[in-house]
Amino acid sequence: MGEHRKILLANIDKEDQHTLSGYESRGGYKSIRKALGMDPLAVVDEVKKSGLRGRGGAGFPTGTKWSFVPRNGAKPVYIVNNADESEPGTFKDRLLMERDPHQCIEGMLICAWAVQSNWSCIYIRGEYGYPYDRLNQAIKECYAKGYLGDNIFGSGFKHDIVVHRGAGAYICGEETALLESLEGAKGQPRLKPPFYPAAIGLYDCPTVVNNVETLAACVWIMEHGGEAYAAIGTPKSTGTKLISASGHINKPGVYEVEMGYPVLRFIEEECGGIWKGRKLKAIMPGGSSFPVLRADELEGVTIDYDSLSKAGSHVGSGGFMVMDDSTDMVQAACNVAHFYAHESCGQCTPCREGGHWIEKIFNRVSKGEGLPGDVELVESVCNQIAGHTICAFGEALAWPAQSFIRKFPEEFKERIKASVKGSPLRVLPMNFEYQGAH
Amino acid sequence: MAIKLSEAAEKRVEELKAKYPDSRSAVMPALYIAQEELGYVNGDAINWVAEKIGMAPVHVMEVATFYTMYYKKPVGKYHFQVCRTLSCALRGAREITEHLHKRFNLLPGEVSADGKWSYEEVECLGSCGTAPMCEVNDIFFENLTPEKLEAIIERIDKENPDLRFSSVKDKLGEGLKGQTKSEII
Repeated sequence: MGEHRKILLANIDKEDQHTLSGYESRGGYKSIRKALGMDPLAVVDEVKKSGLRGRGGAGFPTGTKWSFVPRNGAKPVYIVNNADESEPGTFKDRLLMERDPHQCIEGMLICAWAVQSNWSCIYIRGEYGYPYDRLNQAIKECYAKGYLGDNIFGSGFKHDIVVHRGAGAYICGEETALLESLEGAKGQPRLKPPFYPAAIGLYDCPTVVNNVETLAACVWIMEHGGEAYAAIGTPKSTGTKLISASGHINKPGVYEVEMGYPVLRFIEEECGGIWKGRKLKAIMPGGSSFPVLRADELEGVTIDYDSLSKAGSHVGSGGFMVMDDSTDMVQAACNVAHFYAHESCGQCTPCREGGHWIEKIFNRVSKGEGLPGDVELVESVCNQIAGHTICAFGEALAWPAQSFIRKFPEEFKERIKASVKGSPLRVLPMNFEYQGAH
Repeated sequence: MAIKLSEAAEKRVEELKAKYPDSRSAVMPALYIAQEELGYVNGDAINWVAEKIGMAPVHVMEVATFYTMYYKKPVGKYHFQVCRTLSCALRGAREITEHLHKRFNLLPGEVSADGKWSYEEVECLGSCGTAPMCEVNDIFFENLTPEKLEAIIERIDKENPDLRFSSVKDKLGEGLKGQTKSEII
């Protein structure tokens, strides 16, 4: 366990992998041909057997999600490939779409056959112009060759793919907000129930929403079988995970690791250690929506759902952000709080208002204007948000904020103490501050 | 009565409407098209999209104001968006914004007198492994330093490249040669 294993990135560095000929020369579109020869339900079973869990952040079992789709219903079934990758610290889907777009398409086709869908959409974040071009090009090649359209691979099965650009809203990565957005509305998450778009989704039709990496993994699973995939990783976290490593490390980038890979070894070996000869202070292993972990909490922790959850955080999207010992955690907390205050969709009061309060409190502590009781105030505001909103954004806002004050209380308290004494601690600001402007 | 946009724009919207299970889905791409032709999303753009899609203008307005990539006032011909989120902030996004602030002598959101330049700070652009970074119109410039950024500004100023994604042509512009590609890995 914990060895290097290239499944999704096997051909990522090949110059022509983004072209249809390049992709096919390395065995591409074999899996979908195999799937088309199978019963659709058998394809769902294969994915179930693999133990694959959603790679977008939530970790929901993929095969189970597919099995929720009603069979032979009166309504059409849709698929949405969630490429709205906006979680801070995450850039893995972008790499897949830029360098191996056909793998993404093939994964979608496997899903399409499994749930008998004739129409799918790639919802890509609006800022991803280059990945959009690459995907679009790949789709055109597929239509020209009959891999998409009315009779894919001569099987009589019809499937069309549309690439849809988002327009700069983090919340549209939440699956029901995405569906609202795709229906031409503002992207605000839907009330649950219905709990699963697989039952009632886009335009009230059954809709499978999966992340790019999740669908891409189905290509390998179809070729080698669900059991082979389940044999990789740990029993509850099977397969490999793409980790987008960034921050204070020597070698930022996207790495594929087998689930169960030790966190500290990952930082030392893949990431090339902490930059400038400094020491590790903290990481956010699953994007900024899950709690921060201190260096001393990482001994024995491995990259998989169980271990990271036990440590108090989550695999999340694999947005692995590393902070060295020079990092000012008060400002890091401000930065993260600003993101959530800015990205709240505004639907639920606790999130819309609370996000700005947390940012304001962190900001005043950071600027040397903190008040006694500010730390406790953040705790209390967070408790009013988490669990009181329509979607998980509330938790994504509250948990990291709480984790910063719980894990680095002395930094906040020292700052507040100095402010109260009238000698605020001066630090170089992490973000640029405009003189005399907001 | 809505204004008329180019024939290519009108044609493209019709194409898009046919691609989705319901033509309402075309409201976002249609807004991009209107923005491309008008420079930003104003009342004319809203009315045009509403008429094309067959939606109430207030609904289109709601969509346009929800998403940050639809500009509600004009931006510069070259609009710089500096990522300010954690990974970029940890690696020097501050210096990048500071450089733009001094170089253009503008506050975020302001446009230079000649209409050529503007900038703003934005949230995570998915380029954390190549931080700090900045998107100019629709093209990423990564692994930046203030010096590299200055070299990019000078080249843009001299060459006036097409850095925009065109929703009408369904294609990203040519970019500064060799710069449209990401530098990841």
